[in-house]
Amino acid sequence: MAEATKLIHKYLRHDKKFPHVWCPGCGNGILLGSLIRGIDRTGIEKDDIVIVSGIGCSGRLSVYVDFNTLHTTHGRALTFATGIKLANPKLNVIVIMGDGDATAIGGNHFIHAARRNLDLTAIVVNNNIYGMTGGQYSPTTPYGAMAATALYGNIEHAFSIAELAVMAGAGMVSRGTVYHAAMLDDLIEKAILRRGFAVVEVMSHCHIQYGRRNQMGDAVEMLRLQKEAAVRAEKAAQMPAEEMMGRYTIGVLADRELPVYTEEYEKVRKSAKEMMQLVGKAESGDLKAADKRRKREAAGEADNAEI
Amino acid sequence: MTAKRSPGRQVLLQGNEAIVEGALAAGCRFFAGYPITPATEISEVMSYRLPAVDGTFIQMEDEIASLGAVIGASLAGSKSMTATSGPGFSLMQENLGFACIAEVPCVVVNVMRGGPSTGLPTNVSQGDVMQSRWGTHGDHPIIVLAASTTQDCFSLTVRAFNLSEKYRTPVILLADEVVAHTREKIYLPHPEEMEVIDRIRPNMPPDWYIPYEDNSRGVPPMSPFGEGYRYHVTGLVHDVRGFPTQRSEEIVGFMNRLFRKINQNFFDIQQINEEMTEDAEVIVIAYGSVSRSARRAVREARERGIKAGLVQLISLWPFPRQAVEPILRQVRAVLVPELNMGQMSREIKRVNQGQTRIETLNRIDGGLIGPSEILTRLLRM
Repeated sequence: MAEATKLIHKYLRHDKKFPHVWCPGCGNGILLGSLIRGIDRTGIEKDDIVIVSGIGCSGRLSVYVDFNTLHTTHGRALTFATGIKLANPKLNVIVIMGDGDATAIGGNHFIHAARRNLDLTAIVVNNNIYGMTGGQYSPTTPYGAMAATALYGNIEHAFSIAELAVMAGAGMVSRGTVYHAAMLDDLIEKAILRRGFAVVEVMSHCHIQYGRRNQMGDAVEMLRLQKEAAVRAEKAAQMPAEEMMGRYTIGVLADRELPVYTEEYEKVRKSAKEMMQLVGKAESGDLKAADKRRKREAAGEADNAEI
Repeated sequence: MTAKRSPGRQVLLQGNEAIVEGALAAGCRFFAGYPITPATEISEVMSYRLPAVDGTFIQMEDEIASLGAVIGASLAGSKSMTATSGPGFSLMQENLGFACIAEVPCVVVNVMRGGPSTGLPTNVSQGDVMQSRWGTHGDHPIIVLAASTTQDCFSLTVRAFNLSEKYRTPVILLADEVVAHTREKIYLPHPEEMEVIDRIRPNMPPDWYIPYEDNSRGVPPMSPFGEGYRYHVTGLVHDVRGFPTQRSEEIVGFMNRLFRKINQNFFDIQQINEEMTEDAEVIVIAYGSVSRSARRAVREARERGIKAGLVQLISLWPFPRQAVEPILRQVRAVLVPELNMGQMSREIKRVNQGQTRIETLNRIDGGLIGPSEILTRLLRM
């Protein structure tokens, strides 16, 4: 308990008025716990971490944690994260999204971020529904399920987020659940430390907007369903396909050494510099000199700045 | 200063290329974009030049993503820009609003082509004047500049970055197909002979930093991510610490400051170019490529004994009311030629309050309004 309190004081914002916006029993709280435990284990300084979130229940996470935090527009979290990482590759950028956020409105950004294999950690909280707006069906709502906009049953078919990420070219893809919290700590830690685009799909529950409409019981009951549906990747490989019906694998699903975008871009910079020497674009040197001078001056100016 | 002071250079450039030179000279080191006619050359030259100065170019999956990446890079401390045209500019409106509310400096170049929708992709237009002012939802202030020559493309890009950094706001640079693709000789000043403004960074200890606290300038100092000032940035209306708020006094205080930081610096932002207006009886108010036709028409009208003058609008928004109003009062009639159905003339009429006769000359067929069309109208006024 003392350990937990230490982490709370270290990583949660003191100046933010709690309570949080999440409903009692929500999986986002468990994810928040796993996130700060995972980060703590990596030993990365708080100043070097940026948490970027999208819109929706999970998007509110960024306001509670004491890092550089950015709460973006709906579906676009990965695009902002891309800019941050490219402008300052030293920063560890962790992106928190929901299922609708990452795969409906942000679906295009999601597959392209995976394809580029930029060094980001993408955590997708999948609760199969749009919770914040009141339970409309999302790209991961199962066929036949009830939702506020599918009162006659959902006729669309669900995405598998983790498999989508594997196909799109992410370096590391894993799936966990909020029931298997200790495992989730582990998956998040691994994803942060992994060079390249690392996706963690977090199976969660929305007992208020999804569970209630589909007679799945309360939060505890829905956590039990996660326990039953989740099969560890190693075990799933041995199981016949029919037994896997209605279940999903958890653990690390893909872990590949792929070229990392920022490293590839360094090669581009090298080629560009050689090219400029070849064509004799002397002003490139002038621009760099001007940059350096301004940086020096900014350091001095800050002391006299009117604030 | 030990750096060798070489003078600037005369070069032959296209408008789009001049925009890149302006951006690089202003310190832009990040560009994200998506190919679109007639703005594509900006991306192409950026992809070639930026990596050589340790900058970053990335081609994103669409224009929404492009502006998202630009905002992210700016938050991480890079001066950042994107460039697009009508359809892409429409997609950018969402994140443009984010840059307004979160006060993230960035420059968006819109090389205007015929619209609406896919419209006339390779033709000139000035149809996005109102969209640049009101495109993103919600009440917000914004700065919009209009380039009319290749030289403008360079100098106004520098100015766009300077205003953006000074006031922590997105700045839109409107060019059009003619301006962007006109190739002419321009003067590129040496980096040492230009004024380049960088955002003010906090100098207090991180614990004292209140990221959105008001001050006399209305512009709080901005720390890049990763330098010890851990704070929250959001598209929600926020309190001085950056956290979402629903409290009436905090909402009003925030929105008022957002407007005040632009309004109280109006005279720094306002920019027009007057020609032969001192004794003018009729004037042409124009901007962008059309102002070049207007300049020729006004000179020819003078040769024929008509007391004509030109007011070229360089800052379109906030509308340079204080500069234009006295001229409106002084003249008998005003002609507003533009490549749309009357967007800027609408604003001019609003400012005019029915006092002076205002005539419009509109062209929407994808062609440029030439000097003779304007002259013909001037002769009849």
